[in-house]
Amino acid sequence: MMPDLMLKGKVIKLGDNISTDDIIPGRFAHLRSNLPELARHVLEDAVPGFASKAKSGDFIVAGKNFGLGSSREHAPVVIKMSGVGAILARSAARIFFRNAINQGLPVLLCDTDKISDGDELEINLTDGTIVNLTSRITLSCSKMPPIMSAILKEGGLIPYIQKHRGFKL
Amino acid sequence: MGKTLAEKILSLKSHSEAEAGDVVIADVDLAFVQDTTGPLTIRQFKESAFKALAKPPQTVIFLDHAAPSPAQQLSNDHILLRSFAKETGCRIYEVGDGICHQLVAENFANPGDIIVGADSHTVTAGALGAFATGMGSSDVAVALALGKTWFRVPESFLIELKGVFTRGVYAKDLILYLIGQIGADGATYKALEFGGDALAQITISQRLTIANMAVEAGAKVGLFPADKITQDFLTEYGRGGNYKPLYPDAEANYERVITVNIVQLEPMLSLPHAVDNVRPVAQVKGVRIQQAFIGTCTNGRLEDLAVAAQILKGEKRHPGTRLLIAPASRQVLIRAIEKGYIRSLIEAGAAILPPGCAACLGLHQGVLGDGEVCLSTANRNFKGRMGTPEAIVYLASPATAAASAIRGEITDPREFT
Repeated sequence: MMPDLMLKGKVIKLGDNISTDDIIPGRFAHLRSNLPELARHVLEDAVPGFASKAKSGDFIVAGKNFGLGSSREHAPVVIKMSGVGAILARSAARIFFRNAINQGLPVLLCDTDKISDGDELEINLTDGTIVNLTSRITLSCSKMPPIMSAILKEGGLIPYIQKHRGFKL
Repeated sequence: MGKTLAEKILSLKSHSEAEAGDVVIADVDLAFVQDTTGPLTIRQFKESAFKALAKPPQTVIFLDHAAPSPAQQLSNDHILLRSFAKETGCRIYEVGDGICHQLVAENFANPGDIIVGADSHTVTAGALGAFATGMGSSDVAVALALGKTWFRVPESFLIELKGVFTRGVYAKDLILYLIGQIGADGATYKALEFGGDALAQITISQRLTIANMAVEAGAKVGLFPADKITQDFLTEYGRGGNYKPLYPDAEANYERVITVNIVQLEPMLSLPHAVDNVRPVAQVKGVRIQQAFIGTCTNGRLEDLAVAAQILKGEKRHPGTRLLIAPASRQVLIRAIEKGYIRSLIEAGAAILPPGCAACLGLHQGVLGDGEVCLSTANRNFKGRMGTPEAIVYLASPATAAASAIRGEITDPREFT
């Protein structure tokens, strides 16, 4: 499904180097074929009770190197299942970044020091601008390669492939 | 303009003149999954409505992360993976065969190949000159179906290695030092390309250790040139005919050049809870450990077990420290038995685990409890990695792990070598 191009929500602020083990550790590997059960544990070591705290449309706003570590795509899957509408970070680990876009979960790279916990943001995915409605600051995020924008626009890699049956550069 | 190794391989496989920053579609020579990423890959493959694999003999499933299965849900995942292998004709490596990355090195990877695996340590095969990188389940599912994927051609860092290893210092110490210098995100989206005079003395086993951890600096690949040492390795494993020399061009363009004089290195350690939190072992000596774990795709090879056995032969593990050893593959285990290493290790008090990932990712075979400290030869020490988030993991070489198991505390291996 095509994601909304205008997103609005509240910020849950996290720090630097949130690893895939913080997001969904290996000790829950036995739940990976039961995603609703797995999703109950999303980020629980980093933010106790995250799954019940996160509201639909909230944004995760983090520091540098978000999602470092494992290739487990279950990490963006469970974040998306928690209702989070987008992740904003100063930088993101390569595999996580690609996985999140493949799941139709926007990851925007910008200067997140200018965003605080609880701020309300409005994000325009088309031009990559972020308006902080709380502090009234406007930020812009770095552009992703066109192929990733195209995948995100289709709602993820599988819908993109169902439509195009291959990659179009 | 000359080409880096990454640009050379991606040019060849995309049938274009690829330069850093370009996005290309490239042929995939080998695509694989393991048992904790494979089930999602299969579900995505089926959802994408593809019926057949592009290249069944070049598609592999490895049962290594939960092997043998410690939970009924994981047993059901294994059943799903086995039946997919039967349906599609892809290859499958069973419980006890070994770790995916070791088996890829032993059986598949060739210079100039493109390898994608649903596991972040797929970079390991860069030791043999393969452009090998980790991806998620959806990307690998599509690569299985198309036999191709898209890549952004990475900029490269040249890591120039000079000198020789001194007593008690190994490839693990080198890569930990380097990650400490670069930082956990210092090479994000980049290729690390290794070069320099020292390569003439760095074995494939050591190269695998180094390439394996490239991802811990954020890198997309950790690439070695293919030289005489690569050729000898491929010949030993029955695919000498697949060898071709592979070097970067002399005028290749590097974003950064980092020179490491190996002679100056000492045994190194990653402290909790970050791989780039690196210090010399000498500065951390004396920390009590409850578990020493030698194995994994980073350090579970024959050379690693040889070093451990040499230190542990005739010694005993400390009574307060468990010693777990998991050979990286069936073949490593057989050779370690033949050479007498396994006997020395068992007599020293080690528990030998089946070839596989074992304790590395906290799902079985050595899960840590609250407040426990483990010295591991693996590649990650994130909070919660090996069990409860209240446990602590240090990363070091097999020599440091062996010496520390004897004393029951973090120990400089040079006291034993």
